[in-house]
Amino acid sequence: MKKTIKMREMLNNQKGIIKRVSATGDMGRRIREMGMVPETPIQIQGRAPLKDPVAVKIRDYVLTLRNNEAGSILVEVEENP
Amino acid sequence: MKQKIIIALSGNPNAGKTTVFNAITGARQHIANYPGVTVEKKYGTIHHQGYEIEVVDLPGTYSLTAYSMEEIVARDFVINEKPRLVVDIVDASNLDRHLYLAVQFKELGVPLILALNMVDVAESRGIKVDPDKLSEQFGVPVVPMVARTGKGITDLLDKVVEQAPKSPEWVNAPMSYGMDIDSGLDRVSSIIEKSRFFDKKYPARWRALKCLEGDSQIIGLLKKDPDLGKSITDICDDITKHSMNTMEEETEAIIADHRYGYIAGITKKVVKRKIELRLNFSDKADKILTNRILGPIIMGFILYGIYSFTFWASELPLLWFEIFFDALKNLVATFVPSGILQSLIVSGVIDGVGGVLGFVPLIMFMFFAIAIMEDSGYMARVAYMLDRVLRWFGLHGNSVMALVVSGGISGGCAVPGVMATRILRDPKERIATLLVVPFMNCGAKLPVYAMLIGAFFTKDKARMLFILTLISWGFALFAAKLLRATVLRGPTTPFVMELPPYRAPTLRGLLIHTWERTWQYIKKAGTVILAFSVIIWAMMTFPGLSEERIQAFDQNREEVAIAFLNQQTSPRWIQDKGELKVLNQLYHGLSGEENIEPKAQRHEALLEMARAAVWLERKNGETASFEMEEKFLEAGGRFLKYRQQMTNIDNLQQQTALKGTIAGWMGTKLEYITRPLGFEYRTNVALVGGFAAKEVVISTLGTAYSLSDVDEDKTASLSEKLKKDPAWNPLQAFTLIIFTMLYVPCMATVVSIRKESSWKWATFSIFFNLLVAYGVSLVIRQGGVFLGLGG
Ligand SMILES: Nc1nc2c(ncn2[C@@H]2O[C@H](COP(=O)(O)OP(=O)(O)O)[C@@H](O)[C@H]2O)c(=O)[nH]1
Ligand SMILES: [Mg+2]
Repeated sequence: MKKTIKMREMLNNQKGIIKRVSATGDMGRRIREMGMVPETPIQIQGRAPLKDPVAVKIRDYVLTLRNNEAGSILVEVEENP
Repeated sequence: MKQKIIIALSGNPNAGKTTVFNAITGARQHIANYPGVTVEKKYGTIHHQGYEIEVVDLPGTYSLTAYSMEEIVARDFVINEKPRLVVDIVDASNLDRHLYLAVQFKELGVPLILALNMVDVAESRGIKVDPDKLSEQFGVPVVPMVARTGKGITDLLDKVVEQAPKSPEWVNAPMSYGMDIDSGLDRVSSIIEKSRFFDKKYPARWRALKCLEGDSQIIGLLKKDPDLGKSITDICDDITKHSMNTMEEETEAIIADHRYGYIAGITKKVVKRKIELRLNFSDKADKILTNRILGPIIMGFILYGIYSFTFWASELPLLWFEIFFDALKNLVATFVPSGILQSLIVSGVIDGVGGVLGFVPLIMFMFFAIAIMEDSGYMARVAYMLDRVLRWFGLHGNSVMALVVSGGISGGCAVPGVMATRILRDPKERIATLLVVPFMNCGAKLPVYAMLIGAFFTKDKARMLFILTLISWGFALFAAKLLRATVLRGPTTPFVMELPPYRAPTLRGLLIHTWERTWQYIKKAGTVILAFSVIIWAMMTFPGLSEERIQAFDQNREEVAIAFLNQQTSPRWIQDKGELKVLNQLYHGLSGEENIEPKAQRHEALLEMARAAVWLERKNGETASFEMEEKFLEAGGRFLKYRQQMTNIDNLQQQTALKGTIAGWMGTKLEYITRPLGFEYRTNVALVGGFAAKEVVISTLGTAYSLSDVDEDKTASLSEKLKKDPAWNPLQAFTLIIFTMLYVPCMATVVSIRKESSWKWATFSIFFNLLVAYGVSLVIRQGGVFLGLGG
């Protein structure tokens, strides 16, 4: 079973596929320019010592963003990881 | 005749632009600033197959849409300067994202070559990119390379020369973004083409595209014509509404989608993966280096290691520099007759500039360590780990760069630090960072610390510097918090940053990096600081004492000398003033551990006397290791007393002289304010000079103490001089260290703050910092005195 959750809710090392990026403005554009577009597979690499920001593996590189931004990205994941 | 062409190196950050640039140009490179802004422009010229090729290293960009200042600069260079060719450096191990920029270059129509870099990294990860197929699919020449080892660099130059004779016309290759957007683009571009502002610099369709992407810079330009701006924004809004309705996506999302779709179509044919996505070395390293618990601990160790390394590595070179400048001073003292000229050269030029240049090794090793942090990719982890903390203080993870470059691990410069704030997009976060950056321990403050630490905190220099670094971070962060809670209140902005893979830096890259920054430091010493040393020397020399007063002091000395000679009971070992001079010389020789053999009978008695005097001065309750005759001891004691009297007179004369000068007058007036801090006029003069550049603090102290130095031993270092001075103690030294850390940013920094913000903020920073410095120093000094530390 698959379900769609926000990226900030993903666990460390969890994999998923981006379904929608709802951020707008400069921020939204930058996130997309960095390769966060629908149907892209990602994996959570880890979180900074204070649990924020989060590091995500995407397109063969590692992108970091704050939980705040990660909240605007919807990801499809397996129901029971 | 040689043909000259200009090529620009472009690419995402960490694609290897600088490595390619260094490999192409070697040592023949120059640094300037882009006109109007302070972003660095690096360029160099080489000759290849009859062409003179000028290469420009552009700042790293992820996209051609205006996001940060660096990206605007890179884009403007390409559009305004129209280089003959753009070499876009792409990372073969991460081709998708790197091609995103290349796609936009193609849309713009610039003559393009793709440099397919990091082929080695890609292969080690089981990724194989076929360059010929890529070239065929993408429609531009592709040169595979490993810039780090220099492989493919010549091929790249060959390709540049091969492409050079072709038509320099830009042929833009429009991409399709689906019917809705394409028709919108057509409408907008036809309006733009009709506008009187259309100057053909950017293709109209490309401009229209940027409008749809919401590029604030381009939209701003179009809004110069209000009607045009209005009709374009209307169309854009229209299209956005439409796409939201039909596809539930923003326009910019659809555009990015199409570009990545196009790229995916190419990479599917070009890239072969042997193994599935697996954890590579960097991913594994990050599991430890950015681990919740281990990460911060390791970071602490690394930063501490850098101090220890810097001090350890620079210890010997620092000594060589000191010896060199001492020798230089002695040389001048021997060949230039004493007087104004000697004073100018020794006290003004050598003490001033030498005091600064003497610290070049320290600064150099610090820059070297920073370069390792940057080039290895660790700096990005520091920003990542500290973002949450910095956000609490109202700053941003990206503020780390600015803070570190300005001296966050001590030894940097606030000027590039202020410039490094451009990666911050929110004006309030940026200004808050700008304003606290001058609190960091820049390379110019290091000499002050090093000198005072060397004199008063000798036990553990590295630890003391580490503590000072923590203190400066503390002040910077809390000042930021204060500013963000008052004058700069506002929300925080997003943080989106790449963590580049860890890479072993190349020695060559490190050396070039280090040298560039060190050279800027040396240049400063050679120009600004030289000028200020001389001006301040003059202010501290003129007006000199009047003839009568000098005569009065001479008279005084004469009387003391005669009284000393007459005091002797028989035998009179010292016959006349000539022998008194010999005695003085012997005393100096012995103090300096010289081996002196008696030359004549009479000489022998003087030598014994001098020996007794030296021994008396040094003894700490212990008995002599050699037989000392009572009569010599007695005479030696008298001689010491005589010397003390002479010293007092000299001292008085020097003090009177210095106080009478322009600088002395200023410093004395300032004592009203600085007395609670324990600063006397010489320190005040130094601090005033420090506004020009912090290095001037040390050089002025050097000049002030060299001028008012009563010892004939002109070469004693400032550190030794202060140690001997009764007015100085560890508390005083610490107060001065903290004051120097916090008070006004130097002139160059104020100017860059103004450039980056406004006069208002530049002025604000002067008064804000002064206030903080005064308050904090006052608490330290008075608290210290209250606790009975020093006095
Ligand atoms: N393995 C490998 N490393 C490279 C190559 N080219 C550059 N690097 C390294 O990648 C890092 C970033 O390179 P740099 O030139 O500073 O990138 P820039 O940000 O585009 O200027 C440095 O540590 C380089 O040594 C390459 O072809 N192979
Ligand atoms: Mg670079």
